[in-house]
Amino acid sequence: MKSMRFREAVREAIAEEMERDDRVFLMGEEVGQYQGAYKVSEGLLERFGERRVIDTPITEAGFAGIGIGAAMVGLRPIIEFMTWNFSAVAFDQILNNAAKLRQMSGGQLSVPVVFRGPNASARQVGSQHSHAMEHFYVNVPGLKVIAPATPADAKGMLKTAIRDEDPVLYLESETLYSVKGDVPEGEHLVPFGKARIAREGTDCTLISYSRMVHVCLDAAEALAAKGIDCEVIDLRSLRPLDEETIVASLTKTHRAVVAYEGWPYGGVGAEVVDRLQRLAFDELDAPILRVTTMDVPMPYNAKLEQLVIPQAHRIIDAVERVTYRRT
Amino acid sequence: MARVVDMPKLSPTMEEGQIVTWHRKEGDAVEVDDLLAEVETDKATMEFRSFDRGTLLKVLAPAGSMVRLGDPVAVIGKPGESTEGLVSGTRAGAAPATAPAGVDAPSEAMTPATTAPVLVTGGRVKASPYVRKLARERGLDLLTVHGSGTGGRIVARDLDGGAVATRVTAPSAAAPKPTSVPFAAPVSATVAREARESVSKPLSMMRRTIARRLTESKRDVPHFYLTIDVDAGALFELRARLNADLDKKISFNDLVVKAVSIALVRAPEVNAQFTPEALVYHRRIDLSIAIAVDEGLVTPVLRDADRKSVVEISEEIQTLSARARDKKLTVEEMTGGTFSISNLGMFGIDEFAAVINPPEGAILAVGAIRAEPVVRGDAVVPGKRMKLTLSCDHRVVDGAVGAKFLAELRKVLERPLQILAH
Repeated sequence: MKSMRFREAVREAIAEEMERDDRVFLMGEEVGQYQGAYKVSEGLLERFGERRVIDTPITEAGFAGIGIGAAMVGLRPIIEFMTWNFSAVAFDQILNNAAKLRQMSGGQLSVPVVFRGPNASARQVGSQHSHAMEHFYVNVPGLKVIAPATPADAKGMLKTAIRDEDPVLYLESETLYSVKGDVPEGEHLVPFGKARIAREGTDCTLISYSRMVHVCLDAAEALAAKGIDCEVIDLRSLRPLDEETIVASLTKTHRAVVAYEGWPYGGVGAEVVDRLQRLAFDELDAPILRVTTMDVPMPYNAKLEQLVIPQAHRIIDAVERVTYRRT
Repeated sequence: MARVVDMPKLSPTMEEGQIVTWHRKEGDAVEVDDLLAEVETDKATMEFRSFDRGTLLKVLAPAGSMVRLGDPVAVIGKPGESTEGLVSGTRAGAAPATAPAGVDAPSEAMTPATTAPVLVTGGRVKASPYVRKLARERGLDLLTVHGSGTGGRIVARDLDGGAVATRVTAPSAAAPKPTSVPFAAPVSATVAREARESVSKPLSMMRRTIARRLTESKRDVPHFYLTIDVDAGALFELRARLNADLDKKISFNDLVVKAVSIALVRAPEVNAQFTPEALVYHRRIDLSIAIAVDEGLVTPVLRDADRKSVVEISEEIQTLSARARDKKLTVEEMTGGTFSISNLGMFGIDEFAAVINPPEGAILAVGAIRAEPVVRGDAVVPGKRMKLTLSCDHRVVDGAVGAKFLAELRKVLERPLQILAH
């Protein structure tokens, strides 16, 4: 085991895969000369050279398309969005090309591209830069959507993503980059479609992913002091979704709360709730509640921003409801 | 300034009430004395009227909620006024608190049922899917389980401890309805098992009240019983003649009620009640009449029975019975009795001992009129007899006092023309 920060884990995954396979290259805004907007790609230009670490103009639709085209002809591009918010400009490329070409070409083409970058809220980056974009993308067949919460998964899942034969959307978080954790040494691959039990418990299942896993763990800690023992599930793979693990946990606890960043209408949480009620209806002792970003564009004001983002106390409140500690 | 409206005391003994229906919805203008909601109390379904003028800003206790006395049920204020501080700061009521945006609340909190009690709607018990699964696996009868979850939902914790609920058949009410189940033709035993499962009903407010009050009575009141067997021949004849001559039917019960009022005037010591400070002797003769209704029984009060003719009494008892069946009796109509009468004669009961209806001091249980051989002079002739049993609270009515009353009652019943003279 080696302790490292989330950003170092992402960098190590990229570097190891570039080392292993010279078809792999990194492209995006500020990834080279500036060493990465969040220093994820620090040192990579020096190490791999301009041919494989490529700075682009501010043209998301363009370089996303270049990445897809490069993948179609046999390369393994890693396309960095400075934030996933900017992928909105490239949405047509992702929706209509990356996701569909395999099917529309009758299997003649594949698009082994990785799109990656920080997602969801940061600290006061404003309404247009605080979106949880996964909710738009998980809707699309043909895409895989990954959102790790720990350095170990960050590394292991990015390596799996780079080796995948299909487009993978890999979501990081500005406020996760400095989180430290142990990462297995040597070849470390984490498969998609397998959730992680971040904390075992018996009374209520907290389902989350990415940064919110840590908020759930805080909430679980506080709830333990109140005598409610929560199990925390880190989905880490949003599409494909690990039904087996969440159903097994619900079968144990009979109550669930899904906590994540993003607006309450639809989205990943609504999908999880749908699967649970469908697959494990008889296990439910209470309606499944969701704790989400409030249904407003993100405010810039620091206090209002924290009010709108899901916090531990809101998760605690929801758990107390589903365990009938309060009505 | 918006203000929180609390559950008011709608009956003297009310501790909690269930909102049956809201007659105003959020956003409606409300005038003083407007009907806000109907509330089922331990006694009856009562009208809950507004003490305030304004706009109904928020309903905190949706229809179906059980709310303790003094707990908040609604907020009234100016249109558009915020209820924020008021609502979140209120005590824990039956109402689900408003969920913060971005958190789902259990859906029934959003869309309350418009009528009917919480526990069972159209015979359906509210239970979580998990509880239903456990019930199937363990053979539990959920009708016997009290639900502690939102809106009375039975949730897993309600099964802990009492894991195997026994199957209980609800005993029939004071008026047992004839059923024709007992000796069905023999069916294949395996098929019959399911069909012969016991049926249980959750407790209604009325049943809870009956259980609580009669348990209190049997526990706290030292009962003793005095029985007389009167010659009812003359009474029988009087009724026949009255009904032949009048265009309305007078029942034996009407005659007995009037006879009791006369006996109470002559032996007023049993028209009394015990209190820890003093014995209270009533001058008014207000008779609680036990009336069987579908869910149990009620005891509306026939006031000043001694001052009413038997025809008036008959009409009033008919009115009270109809109102009782329609659940229209008000709390006032059911409180303040001084002496109770319970008659099971029409159900073929020869004699029985009734439970005293606190705080009254005695209750008279009236049996059926039996055709029996009686000795008149030296001859045995066909006759009519009737047994009456007085249950007395020994703290206020002693044996001799009770006996004196029964002696007076016998005199009236055996020479019943007096009934018409009062």
